[in-house]
Amino acid sequence: MNTPTRRLFILVIGLFAVLVFATSWWTVARPQSLRDNPQNRRALLQEQRIHRGAIRAADGTVLARSVRGPDETWTRRYSEADALVSQVVGYSYTSLGRAGLERSRNADLVGDTNELASLLDQILGREPVGYDVITTIDVEAQRVAIEQLAGRKGSVVALEPDTGRVRVMASVPGFDANDVRDPRTYRRLNRDPDSPLFNRATQASYAPGSTFKVVTAAAALDTGRYTPDTVVNGDSPKEVSGVPLANSGGRSWGDITLTTALTHSVNTVFAQIGEDLGKATMAKYMTRFGFYAKPPLDYPADQMLASGEYRRGRLLDPESDLIDVGRMAIGQDKLQVTPLQMATVAAVVANGGVRVAPRLTERIVDPDGRVVERIEPKEEERVISRRAARQLGEMMQNVVREGTGTAAALQGISVAGKTGTAEKNPATDLNQPWFIAYAPADDPKIAIAVTVEDSIGGQGGTVAAPVARAVLEALLGEEARG
Amino acid sequence: MSARNRELLALVPASLLLTAGFAAVFVERDDVLSDVSLTYGAIFLGLCLVAHLVIRFTLPDADPYLFPLAATLACFGLVMIYRIDETLAREQAQWFVVGLVLFGATIVAVRDITVLERYRYVIATASIILLLLPRLPGIGQQVNGAYLGVKLGPIAFQPAEFAKIGIVVFLSSYLRDTRQLLVSAGRRIGPVVLPPLKHLGPMLVVWGLAMLLLVFIRDLGSSLMFFGAFLALLYVATNRLSFVLFGLGLFAAGGWFFASTVGHVQNRIDAWRDPFDPELYDRVGGSYQIAQSLFAQADGGLFGQGFAQSILQIPGTDSQLLPAAHTDLIYAVIVNELGLVGAVGVLVVYLLIVERAMKTSIIASDSFSKLLAAGLGAVFALQVFVIVGGVTKVIPLTGVTLPLISYGGSSILANFVLLALLLAVSDKARRRTA
Repeated sequence: MNTPTRRLFILVIGLFAVLVFATSWWTVARPQSLRDNPQNRRALLQEQRIHRGAIRAADGTVLARSVRGPDETWTRRYSEADALVSQVVGYSYTSLGRAGLERSRNADLVGDTNELASLLDQILGREPVGYDVITTIDVEAQRVAIEQLAGRKGSVVALEPDTGRVRVMASVPGFDANDVRDPRTYRRLNRDPDSPLFNRATQASYAPGSTFKVVTAAAALDTGRYTPDTVVNGDSPKEVSGVPLANSGGRSWGDITLTTALTHSVNTVFAQIGEDLGKATMAKYMTRFGFYAKPPLDYPADQMLASGEYRRGRLLDPESDLIDVGRMAIGQDKLQVTPLQMATVAAVVANGGVRVAPRLTERIVDPDGRVVERIEPKEEERVISRRAARQLGEMMQNVVREGTGTAAALQGISVAGKTGTAEKNPATDLNQPWFIAYAPADDPKIAIAVTVEDSIGGQGGTVAAPVARAVLEALLGEEARG
Repeated sequence: MSARNRELLALVPASLLLTAGFAAVFVERDDVLSDVSLTYGAIFLGLCLVAHLVIRFTLPDADPYLFPLAATLACFGLVMIYRIDETLAREQAQWFVVGLVLFGATIVAVRDITVLERYRYVIATASIILLLLPRLPGIGQQVNGAYLGVKLGPIAFQPAEFAKIGIVVFLSSYLRDTRQLLVSAGRRIGPVVLPPLKHLGPMLVVWGLAMLLLVFIRDLGSSLMFFGAFLALLYVATNRLSFVLFGLGLFAAGGWFFASTVGHVQNRIDAWRDPFDPELYDRVGGSYQIAQSLFAQADGGLFGQGFAQSILQIPGTDSQLLPAAHTDLIYAVIVNELGLVGAVGVLVVYLLIVERAMKTSIIASDSFSKLLAAGLGAVFALQVFVIVGGVTKVIPLTGVTLPLISYGGSSILANFVLLALLLAVSDKARRRTA
C-alpha cells in the first residue's frame, strides 16, 4: 500500500503547488489588473489613512493641511488664503482625485515611502506624516493681483527671472477647494461657463497681441540683422501675405527706428521684420523662448498648455505652411499663448537672454522642520545673446517711459515692458488687453505678465499695465514706493 | 535525541513565534511594546508543555514533529485572529485550551487505535447523523445558503468538522476488510477494471452519500472534501487508478447535476467564473466576497503590507470590506499582510503535517493504520485545498475553515482530535520499527 500512498502525497504536493501558483498569480504576476479594477477601493481607502503634509506659501502661511476624519482617516482642509491660489494648490480628495500641486507634489506630500524609514517610524511609535511643501507663492502679492483683477476674468503671473520662482500665479475666477469635495458642487463648477477650476495662467489659450513683438524683436536683434536703430518704413497699410495690414488707428509712421516702432507698437514694421526673418528663424527663437512645448513647471502636465500656432485645437508644426509669419510676428494669426509663457518671455529678456525653468516649489520640509529637498534654479537654455537682451531691455524701458505702457511706471524704479491689445470682436470693441514687463530694469527682480480676458475698448496700457504696476509694487516693496 | 525531546525543543520556536506575533500586533495597535506578549507566549508554552507531557507518558514513540507543527499553525491563527478582533481571539484561545484537553483525552482513550475498529459502525452512523443535523428544524442553521452549522442552546458548532474524521475512520476500517476482494475479483471491461457488483455497492453508497450531502448541506466544498478523502482511501487500499477515475466521473456528473439545479451552488459557481461582473458583484451572496479576497491579495504582493496593516472595514462605517475575514477569508488576510512569502510559509507547514501523516502511513505495519494515517492526511490536505483554492479562485469559494488557523471552536477541536489520532497511529507504527 506504500506506492499509492507515495503517489497520493505527490498529488497533494501538486495540489499545493497549484495553490502557490494561484497565490503568486494574484500577488506578483497579475496584481495590477486587480489594483486598476474600478471595484477595488483599497488604494483609495489606503490613501485616506495617510497624513499628507501641508502646503504653505513662501512666508509659511498654510494653504492646505490634513485634519482627522473618522476611523483613523485624514481629510484635506484648505485655508482662507488658499482661495487666492486655488488653481495652483488644487485639491486632493478620495472621491475626486487630485489636481494642481496636490497632484504634482503628491509623492512628497505623502512622504517617504522608503520601507526602512516607515519601519523606523513604527518602531519609534511615530505616525507616518508626509512632507510639507513650501511654495514660492507670495500670498500678499497674490492678494493684490486678485484685487486688481477685481472680478474680471484674467490672469497675472509674476516670476523671478534668475531663479524661476513663481511669486504670483493668479487666475480669476477661482474657487474654494473645500467646496469641491461635494460632487454636486464640483460638477456645477466644472460646467460653469467662467471655468473657475481652470488655471488661466497655464491652461488658457489667448491671443498675445502686441506683447509678442518682444519675441519678434528678440529674434531680429539676436540674428544681428537688426539693431535698435535700424530704420524700417512704418507706413500703413502694408501688404502682408497678400492682404493689407493696418497700424493702430491707421496711422502711417514713415521711416522709423526699431526702438520707436516698439515704443509705439507699430504693426507694419514688425510684420515686415517677421516676413524678412522668415518662418524658420521665428520658429527657432520661439522654440528657445519655450513655445511649442509644455513649460518645465512642477505642475500637472495636463493642466498646462503649450503656446504656439494652433489650428482646430491642434498645435501646428512651428514651420507649417498654414502660418502667416507676418501676422504672427505681431501676435495675430493663429497664435495662442498662456500668461505663463508671456511672463517667461519678459523673464528671458530680464535675465540677460537665458531662460530659467519656472517653479512653484521652494523646498520640501519634513515634519520636524528639516529641509528634505531645496529646489535649485535650473537654467533651460540661452535664448538670445546678452547684448541682444540688453538692447531689447532698453527698448522696452522706452515703452514704459514714453510709449504705450506709461501707466506701469513706478516711482523711482525703471520698468521695462510691452503692451498688447488683442482684438476679439472689432464690431463691439471687445479687446483682450495685455502687459508684460520686468523691473527694476537695471537689476531685474521680477518679470510679469498680466491679461484681462474681456474689456470693452480697453487697451493693454490702460487696463493691464496698472495691474502690473500694483503687483510689482507689492513684490518690490519699499523699494518701489521709494 | 529522543523523539519526545525533539518535540519539546520544537515547541520553543512556536512559542517565540506567538510572542513575536503578539508583540508586532501590539506595536501596530497601541504604539507600545508591552510585556503582555511575553506573558501570552509563556502561557502558550505552558499549555503546550502539558500536552507534551501527556504525549510523553501515553505515546512515547509518536512522531515528534506533528504536534509542534500543529501548535505553530494554532498560535499563528491566534495572532491573526487577535489582529482581526480581540474578542474573537479570546474565545479562540479558550477553544484552544478546550482543544488541548480534548487532544489529551483522545490520546488517552485511543492509545490503542484498534478500539476505533470495534466501534466503526457506531462511528459511521454518528458521522452521518452529525452531517444531517444542520438540516434538522430547530437546531439547524443556514449560512449563505449552506447548511453547515448547528445551534443547541448556547453552543453552536459545525458537525461536518467532526464527521470528516469519523468517516475516514470508518472507511479505513471498511476498506481494510474489503480491499482484497475489490482488487482480486475485478471484471475487466476494455481498459477499465470494475470491481464486482457486490463490492461496487458500498462505493455507490458513499457516492450517494456525497451527493446527498451536496443536496442536504448544499455545500460543494464539504462534499468535495468527503468524496476526495474517500477516493484517496480507495486508491491507497486498492492501487487502482481506474476506481478513482470512475469515482471522479461519478462525482463530476452528480456535482454538475446539482450545480445546475441547486440555486445556491449555481450562484457560487457563477461568482467564481466572473467575480467582477457588476451585477454578480452587487448581488447578496454574489461575488463581492471573492472579488474582495482577490483585491486584498493583490495588495499583499511579495512581502505583504505588514502585520495589522490590512484594511478590513470601510472607515467611518460598520460595513466590512473583507467579509468573514476571521473564518473563510483568513488566508486572504494572511496574503495581504504577509504577502506571498508568508502565505507560502503557511502552506509549507500544512504540507509538512501531511508529509508526517503519509510517512506514518508508510512505516505502519497493519493495513488499518496505513489507511487511517493516509486518510487523515488526505482529508486535512483537501480541506486546505478547498478553502485556499476557493480564496484564490482555483475552485468556487465555499465555507470551509482553514484548519487550525481560522476562527471556530469546532474546527480547532476536530483538528486536535485528528492530530491525536495521527499521533496514536504513529506511536504504534514507530514502536514497531524502533
